[in-house]
Amino acid sequence: MVENRPLLNILTHAFLLLGFAIVALPVYVAVIASTHDIATLMSGPVPLWPGSHFIENYTQILTSASAANGLPNYSHMALNSLIMALVITVGKIAISILSAFAIVYFRFPFRVLAFWIIFVTLMLPVEVRIMPTYKIVADLGLLNSWAGLTIPLIASATATFLFRQFFMTIPDEILEAARVDGAGPMKFFRDILLPLSRTNIGALSVILFIYGWVQYLWPLLVTTDPGYYTLMMGMKRMVTVQDGVIQWNLVMAGAVLAMLPPILIVIFMQRLFIRGLTETEK
Amino acid sequence: MASISIDKVSKIYTGGVKAVNSVSIDIADGEFIVLVGPSGCGKSTLLRMVAGLETISEGEVSIGERIVNRMEPAERDIAMVFQNYALYPHMTVYQNLAYGLKNRGTPKAEIDARVAEAARMLEITQYLERKPRALSGGQRQRVAMGRAIVRKPAAFLFDEPLSNLDAKLRVSMRGEIKRLQRRLGTTSIYVTHDQLEAMTLADRLVVLNGGEIEQIGSPLEVYHTPASTFVASFIGSPAMNLVRAEVQGSKLAIGSGQLDLSTTAPSGIVTVGLRAEDLRLALAGETGLPFRLDYIEELGSQRLAHGFVGDQALTAAFPAETFLAENLCLVIDPARLHFFDATSGKRLALEGSRSPARSVASA
Repeated sequence: MVENRPLLNILTHAFLLLGFAIVALPVYVAVIASTHDIATLMSGPVPLWPGSHFIENYTQILTSASAANGLPNYSHMALNSLIMALVITVGKIAISILSAFAIVYFRFPFRVLAFWIIFVTLMLPVEVRIMPTYKIVADLGLLNSWAGLTIPLIASATATFLFRQFFMTIPDEILEAARVDGAGPMKFFRDILLPLSRTNIGALSVILFIYGWVQYLWPLLVTTDPGYYTLMMGMKRMVTVQDGVIQWNLVMAGAVLAMLPPILIVIFMQRLFIRGLTETEK
Repeated sequence: MASISIDKVSKIYTGGVKAVNSVSIDIADGEFIVLVGPSGCGKSTLLRMVAGLETISEGEVSIGERIVNRMEPAERDIAMVFQNYALYPHMTVYQNLAYGLKNRGTPKAEIDARVAEAARMLEITQYLERKPRALSGGQRQRVAMGRAIVRKPAAFLFDEPLSNLDAKLRVSMRGEIKRLQRRLGTTSIYVTHDQLEAMTLADRLVVLNGGEIEQIGSPLEVYHTPASTFVASFIGSPAMNLVRAEVQGSKLAIGSGQLDLSTTAPSGIVTVGLRAEDLRLALAGETGLPFRLDYIEELGSQRLAHGFVGDQALTAAFPAETFLAENLCLVIDPARLHFFDATSGKRLALEGSRSPARSVASA
């Protein structure tokens, strides 16, 4: 494994580059496509070199393109996406850290059962339970509302599970010391568990924000009012034009812009992210 | 500061396992009590019941005349030092010390004063702004003790506080705990499995075995007049030799060897305890126990000879310079023999063996 031979070096690099190319090529094509005019894109394969319509395309997508497709402003949709992603992130963390707190630190009947029920739902992707969930949301009259858009996505087994695992690594003696020091359950939670979970919360926020940002199927189902459209839905609408030409250059520009927030978050929170998932502060 | 009374306290876990069985100890104000015993003897459980971290199944615990059975740990006016220190990792040393006081609504100025005083006493003043992870094990232990001191509680409870430290540090911290407790005069209960720690720290030792008290007494009392074979083998290093022997009038037969007793005793089989350091080589012409040497442990100040009398293992301690041959003859002052019932293991008060009264006097 640690051999250092030139041939092996070349081979490993070749593999890495190949893997990188497979992952990065579609993104590259999207970026390139967003810099050409529609005529170039329609006249044959996508060129491999940047074109000259970068500013034009991006200006258009940010200003007039959406309206032309009967959609709200790009910035409006971006704001919707942002609100949705943030509400889901904050909501998921708040709910799951509290339920993990309950499961780990309180003795109540059916505690283990409660944990397993939560854990089992991990294995069910949203798509599996999407029909019953839709029915419930519809019956509650939550279609076309922020509540309907976010609440069903907030319940999270993954985050609950991660927090539970983290809490279980905190030595019991810390809890006992806090009890001797006169801290009640909520004081213990606020003064000790929350600060200790800081890196975990940070790491989860990154994952959950991206999860919320890329939601597509659920917003598509529960919102029909364009006022609630998110970026992902907007992109989709721009592709499904009835007659005429799909504005691929604009769609790609929009997609590239939509990719930016998750990328920025990963870049800037990378250190926190890796730390939160790999080490615990003890 | 207060006395603590533990009255017929038991801990019964679901499933009926009795971890602690009807234990009663009266602890005077300012006394340093050490609970000692092998792992699983219930000593930690007992301490945690006094602390309020475990519920009390039966009996009563009172601290300073108040029955505390149903009180939260914080209301019991105790402070606890844990084996793994249990410092709050995200707080600075200062915050760690101040947390309990803050929760009690102590005014800021007084918190500052008390923390400063405790820090000075423990020589951790220069670390007050550090996080626990930037401290060494010994420093963390001091912080943990500081957290107990600042509260000025009625009692300190120590749960094996030194077991995570290396041997050298353990000895010096042991001294410091003793000094601190003397200085503050706070009633203390200290749990350990280390008999040396127990001997050096305790005003009174409580030897526990299987959830029951084997013996309570001052360290020397317990050392010189162990109440049972269990206590005899647990206290003292090397452990007391316990061999099967037969009393025959004024003689004591061990294997093929014989020892003279100073007085006659009822004949029969007994278990005899001989401390390694009480044994010596027989002078020419003296009768004693034939001892077949197996191997020698050199301690520098002493040589520990491990071997056999008949088919029973025996350890004897000799001064460093002693020449030891393959076959030796050992003798012991009859007054230093300990007699135990061969079946129950309880101490027998035979004439000629040290009586408890004498050992108290010599202690």
